[in-house]
Amino acid sequence: MEKSIIYASAVGVDTLWVLLAAFLVFFMQAGFGMVEAGFIRAKNVCNILTKNFLDFCMASLGFFIFGYAIMFGAGNAIFGLKGWFLIGAESGSRVPLYAFWLFQAAFCGASATIVAGGVAERMKFIAYLMYSFIISAFIYPVVGHWVWGGGWLSQLNFTDFAGSTVVHAVGGFSALVGTMMIKPRSGKYNPDGSANAIAGHSIPLASLGVFILWFGWFGFNPGSTLSVGNGEAIARIAINTNLAAASGGISAMSAVWRRFGKPDLSMSMNGALAGLVAITASCAFVEPWAAIAIGITAGFVVVSGVVLMDKLHIDDPVGAVPVHGFNGIWGTLAVGIFGQKALGLSHNGLLYGGGLRQVGVQTLGVISVVLFVTVSMWVVFTLINRFVGLRVSREEELKGLDIGEHGMESYSGFQIFTAQ
Amino acid sequence: MKLIIAMIQPHKLPDVKKALYDNEVYKMTVTNALGCGQQKGYTETYRGVIHEINLLKKVRLEIAVNEDFVKPTIDAIIKGARTGNIGDGKIFLLDLPECIRIRTGETGGGAIG
Repeated sequence: MEKSIIYASAVGVDTLWVLLAAFLVFFMQAGFGMVEAGFIRAKNVCNILTKNFLDFCMASLGFFIFGYAIMFGAGNAIFGLKGWFLIGAESGSRVPLYAFWLFQAAFCGASATIVAGGVAERMKFIAYLMYSFIISAFIYPVVGHWVWGGGWLSQLNFTDFAGSTVVHAVGGFSALVGTMMIKPRSGKYNPDGSANAIAGHSIPLASLGVFILWFGWFGFNPGSTLSVGNGEAIARIAINTNLAAASGGISAMSAVWRRFGKPDLSMSMNGALAGLVAITASCAFVEPWAAIAIGITAGFVVVSGVVLMDKLHIDDPVGAVPVHGFNGIWGTLAVGIFGQKALGLSHNGLLYGGGLRQVGVQTLGVISVVLFVTVSMWVVFTLINRFVGLRVSREEELKGLDIGEHGMESYSGFQIFTAQ
Repeated sequence: MKLIIAMIQPHKLPDVKKALYDNEVYKMTVTNALGCGQQKGYTETYRGVIHEINLLKKVRLEIAVNEDFVKPTIDAIIKGARTGNIGDGKIFLLDLPECIRIRTGETGGGAIG
């Protein structure tokens, strides 16, 4: 009798923890919205916020109808096939199904919304709605099944604790495919090949967004334990998450300071986000010093990534690809370098004498996921382009998508330059 | 010396700038402006309510030129701003009695060029 009461209250505490984390991850949606809104021009803010808002709505329904069944339902090594509309679905941990679902749905929404930033200021709203349903109902859940739903990568002991690959590489590389297919914004690159800066309209909004994301990440990573246990794991994950973000911010700031002469705030903030993305896969399995090393590297990766994208003429207005895509890969590989068997990883990482075993699996996993996402998103965007078109007209782009797509302004009563 | 003032559609500014550069006109002043001509206005919707916006966003372009640059400048503005639709804008051509460059004290054509 007493045992069952203890068990019930342990499950209750875990449920409380998972729900709290789900609410925090949901709040990250606001963070993404503010970062993206701040980094683009005032004439497109209403458009990006509508996308950001609706993709969470789409992700919630898509993940309810199809996504959960594909991700966590019984099936084969590639996808699950049981639990459509959550009918007959089972929870993936000991917390109740509905708590588990809400937590996972919030993750799914985060993955979908990453793309909005990459294709900002030029993608048609209707095309974006279609994309956001498809990624959250089908593409993201397939990858999720591989890694977290008992699919082939999890059978190989591929480890991605909270989603550097599953959430961020999926979102980041979808954004890469989208932004490459949709072409740069008008006026971003000169005929001689040089790039123009198209400055974001509100650094305060972007900063608020970064802090909200950082805050939400304390649900994203520590919540992925799905249980409180004796508290040791969630405490370790929380400190690692914080240290990686901090060191990512510092290293990106230093890199950009050295390279361009000024400590650019927008790049430092991208660095903190990069650190958060990078620690996501390994946060449970590394020491705090390793979290700092992972974060510092992430900061450099993001700065070089942004510069590289401009060189290649891939226009990513908010840095979604370097932050989520490139650092999603780095974070996944970092598990195989800094991870420890003593902390629950299946093999020791490279630095703990585990050799190349874990890092090899990590490489295989992240490459497979990136390939799958790139190919499938290429098909999705091609089809959408064929049927409704991906990009607004040049005239609408120059006037701003707020008026063109929604017929309303973000800052009514303000004088805003739409002449760029 | 002439002062050319043009009212154009804001979203045509990049094209006008490009045409001006092609005709070797590099100096200009650009201001945000509100106004209406034949185009009257457009409608916005806010929470289901449709309302007419009467004054439209325009860009006001001011360029001071010497006589030999009058035609290339006007041609460039027309080339860049013209779509054939109502609302393309207008160009005003004014005589300019004097021009002084503050830094050097130069006056007349030299100060413009």
